[in-house]
Formats: sequence, structure tokens, C-alpha cells
Amino acid sequence: MLRYIGRRILQVIPVFLGATLLIYFMVFALPGDPVAALGGERGLPEAVKEQIRQQYNLDEPFIVQYLLYLKGILTLDFGITFSGRDVFDVIKGALPVTFKLAVMALVFEAVFGVLVGLVAGLRRGRLFDATALVTSLFVIAVPTFVIGFVLQFFVGVQLGWLPTTAGSDPDFKSLLMPALVLGAVSFAYVIRLTRTSVSENLTADYVRTATAKGLSRGRVINVHVLRNSLIPVVTFLGADLGALMGGAIVTEGIFNINGVGGTLYRAVLQGENATVVSLTTVLVLIYIVANLVVDLLYAALDPRIRYA
Amino acid sequence: MPDIIHTGPGRGPEPVATRRHQEHFFAEMDETGLGAVDAVDDSGAPSSLWSEAWHKLRRRPLFWVAAAIIALVVVVAAFPSLFTSQNPRFCELSNSLGGSAAGHPFGFDKQGCDIYSRVIYGARPSVIVGVLTTLAVLIIGTVMGAVAGFFGGWFDTILSRITDIFFAIPLTLAAIVIMQMFSQNRTSLTVVAVLASFGWTQIARITRGSVMSVKNNDYVTAAKSLGVSRISALTKHILPNAAAPIIVYATVALGTFIVAEATLSFLGIGLPPNVVSWGGDISIAQQSLRTRPEVLFYPAGALAITVLGFIMMGDAVRDALDPKVRTR
Repeated sequence: MLRYIGRRILQVIPVFLGATLLIYFMVFALPGDPVAALGGERGLPEAVKEQIRQQYNLDEPFIVQYLLYLKGILTLDFGITFSGRDVFDVIKGALPVTFKLAVMALVFEAVFGVLVGLVAGLRRGRLFDATALVTSLFVIAVPTFVIGFVLQFFVGVQLGWLPTTAGSDPDFKSLLMPALVLGAVSFAYVIRLTRTSVSENLTADYVRTATAKGLSRGRVINVHVLRNSLIPVVTFLGADLGALMGGAIVTEGIFNINGVGGTLYRAVLQGENATVVSLTTVLVLIYIVANLVVDLLYAALDPRIRYA
Repeated sequence: MPDIIHTGPGRGPEPVATRRHQEHFFAEMDETGLGAVDAVDDSGAPSSLWSEAWHKLRRRPLFWVAAAIIALVVVVAAFPSLFTSQNPRFCELSNSLGGSAAGHPFGFDKQGCDIYSRVIYGARPSVIVGVLTTLAVLIIGTVMGAVAGFFGGWFDTILSRITDIFFAIPLTLAAIVIMQMFSQNRTSLTVVAVLASFGWTQIARITRGSVMSVKNNDYVTAAKSLGVSRISALTKHILPNAAAPIIVYATVALGTFIVAEATLSFLGIGLPPNVVSWGGDISIAQQSLRTRPEVLFYPAGALAITVLGFIMMGDAVRDALDPKVRTR
């Protein structure tokens, strides 16, 4: 087990380095001078440009820039934005809201997705199954922003059940609708994953054995079928936390939430490269750690994985 | 130790090895069960995975619905002028948000453009981006995954880590960062390039797994022992048998790439504004959502139906190819 943990953690390091290098490359090394864009139409004086280049290490070769940036991250020094704010403050302001939103979405898709998927899988081919399947297809086919607008319009504006937008410090109620919208597509995937997994496991030999030795149907399903069926689902959910946080851009835009997505989008448009790089790095880190935790959890639960 | 008499070839009908004082019975050829084996009729067409899948597909209504949607969308994308005589770019502000009129079944959007013709003409960019991105992703992903799965070892380690790196960066995020750099001169091909360069990872993983599960099969060993080179063992014997999950995923992915393109256009960094596209039209329509929500529903509905067609097709093909559901 220790060997597996060690190997798995070692695998994470090149992925983290590679991903940050790739992001850094995309933001800083691709064509387009970040400093030139700052001055707008009139442009900045050459001396100011030079000073900014020096401050952000833009006069160094690319790989040195990257290493300096990496050193900054490891000491929690994310640098300052072009407008003079500490990037760490920007992250601290944006991250908690998005994290709350993503966790709410994750809980929603996990609880309801597994529930619907389980019932559909147990009644494969029946009316409930068909309805769940068609619904999940529609949810995947309709883009998130359309679902967002439609919900906002009908539930928020016409019915007035939930707030249409979330302010700067949103509470549970105002985040509820955005979380439903954010988790909608993954909800559909969880239904489908659980359904397939359950209906496959129902015909497995160990289930027949469990039934044959006289266990009640409830126990067979809860202990044997559900547990084994959840392996792919939990793997999906682990990877999804990072994806939800990174994919919240559209949802946050619709519901006016001041989180990572909105901040990032604005930073990209304004050419605030330090913010873009740092926020993306944090998102990648969350994604990697969430995956790592899921993998280690599984290795602890399922010996087949750590010896594979 | 019992005595064993070894007899060489050509020494009569006796068995190869026999024990002393043991009785032997020899069956005539006609009395063995071999006759039944010979009698099996093998003149019919060999039943392959694909022909069986096709037999099953033909009986599924889901498949025919999906095929009809895809066919319709492709025809609309190829020949939009067959479906409307209106010019989608001809807009009169006096018609702004007007209801349906003769020749304008869906009414007009905020700029006074005919919504019906814009929905029709919006099919082409979506289909082009979806198809080209899927093709690009198939090429990159299959090569990466097949090489990693087939050669294994260090090759596999390095290629798998590269896949992990690209997988760790959210697609929307990467697309926004890169598209922003092409803000002045972006085309449909820029969108394709950006989506493809971050969208290939899943195909690579599926191909790798599929190739690894196939490469130790007997027929591959047989091909190798017959002197088939490694490359043609991979391309002629392994890949065709590993293709099923890849094709299923690619069909569904085509739909999701169309959604991704619409999302980028919606954010204002996808297709250029002069291209008539569903994503762009939805983005404009949200401004008039509260006064006339229908304006948003037409392009959104067209988009959803198109994506639905591809996802349903993927579903139908997956069920037909699934060996666990395969019946004789």
C-alpha cells in the first residue's frame, strides 16, 4: 500500500509541473506582447514598459521566467496584478465562493444522480428507466447557458421562488439555482454511469451467490450491487470537482457570482496575466489533488487497484 | 511403472502407446461425433461484431431517430438555401423583435433579422466545427493512445503523463486563454484547433486501454508469428478490433464539441461575429429574454436537437456493440 501511495504521489509531480508549464507558456510565450496591450491606443512610454517587463521578469528567457514563477508559487508569492493588487488577495476573494458553488453542485449530482441511476438500473427497460434516460440525454444536449437562462427566467423571474442573481457574499439560497445549473450536465452523466454499472452488476455471479445464500433483496442491492457499482461513479465525481470549478465561468456569468470563473474571464480579457496564471494553477492543483484522493481511497478499499 | 511399447509411424492401425493385457476398441469414422462437427453449415456469412451490431441497430427506433436528425442537420448545413429564401444577414430595425409574419415563421430578433433563416444558416458553422474537431481529436488521440498502449514501458509512461497534463487543464479555460490571443483574426479553424488541442485526451485514454486489452489476443500473436511487422500488426489487426469504444466516444464527443463551440461563441470569443451561428445568436437573444423569450428558444432548440442526434446515435451504437448485451 505504501509503495502504491509513493508511486501515485510521484506521478502527480510531473503532471503538476507540465500543466503549470503549459499554462505559463500559453499565457506568456504565445504571440502578443502583454505589456504593449496595457497602454491602450496611445501606448506606454518605453521606460515604463521596461520597468514593467523587469518587474514581471519578462526580460528573462522564458524558462527562467517559469522557474521564478514556480518559486513564487511554492512560497505562496503569486505576484501582483498590473493594476497593483496582490494576486493572492484576488484568489482569496474568489476561491471560497466558487468552492462553495462547486461542492453544492457536486453534492446535488452525487445524491440525486446515484439515486435516479440506481432506480433506473434496477428497472432497466421500464418506464422510469426510459424517462430518466431521455431526461439525461436532453440535459446533456442543451448547453449549460441555455439551462441557466431558462431556469433563471422561469424559476427566478416568473415564479420568484429563488433569487435570480447572487451578490458579493451569496448565501445558500441564492447559490442553489446556480449549483443546480452547474451540476446539471454531470448529474446526467452520473445517472447514466450508475444505471449502466448497476444493471451490469445485477447479473454478476457474486450477486447470484448472495441471493442464493438467502440474503434479502435490500441487502443484496445495498451491500453488493451498489458498492461495486459506485466505483466508476466516485472516480467520475472526484475528477468532476476540478472540472466544476474550472467550468463555472458560464454559470457565474449568468448569475452574477463573483467567483473564480468571473475573475478569470475578466483577467483574460484585460490581459492580467499574473492573475490568469495563478488562478489556473490553483484550479489545476485542486483537480490533481481531488483525483489523487479518490485514487488513494480506492486503493485502500479495493486491493485489485493497488496491485494492478 | 507400467510397460509402455512405443511404436513408430507406419506400423499398422495400433495406437501410439498401449499397455499390455489391455483391451482396445476402435470406432469406425462414421460412429464418432466428428460427423456432426463436419455437418455444421458454415456457408452463411461469417458473423462479425460489426455485422451483428448492424443487425441490432436496424431494429432500434432510437437509431433511426438519431440517423434522421443527423441526416437532416447535414443537409441543412450543406444546402441552407433549399430551406429558406431569406437572407440571414438582411435585417431591418423596424422589424425588431417582431412576431411571426408571412415568410418569417419564427419572427424577428432584436436587430430585426429573420430568425428562421438565421437558425437554418447557423447549422453550417456548428456542423463544420463539430466534424473537424472530432476528426482532429480522433487522429491525435488514436495515435497517442495506440502508441502508448502498444509499445508500453517508458513510451507509455511519458505519453500517459502528457495526456494527464492536457487533461488537468479545463477545456473552457484553455480555450478562453488561447482564443483571447486570436481576438482580432479568429476563424472557424481557430476554434477547431483550440478545441482539438485540449479535447483529445479522453480518446487517447480510451484507445490506450482498448489496445492494451486487445494486443495479447491469440490472433495478434498468430499474425506476429507469421512475420507481420509490428506496425501492420497494430494497424491491421489490433486497431480495427479496438475501434468500437473509440467510435462510440467520438460520436458523443461530436455533440459535445458543438456545445463547446456554442459556449465559446456565447462568451464572445468563439466564432467571429460576422458568422451566423447558434451560439452567437443565443448570446444576443439573452438581452431580449425577458421581453421575448422565444427569440432565445429557436437557436437553442436547433442546437439541442442537433447535439441530441449525435448523442443518441452514440448511445444506439454503444448498445449494439456491447458484447454483454450481444445475443445470438
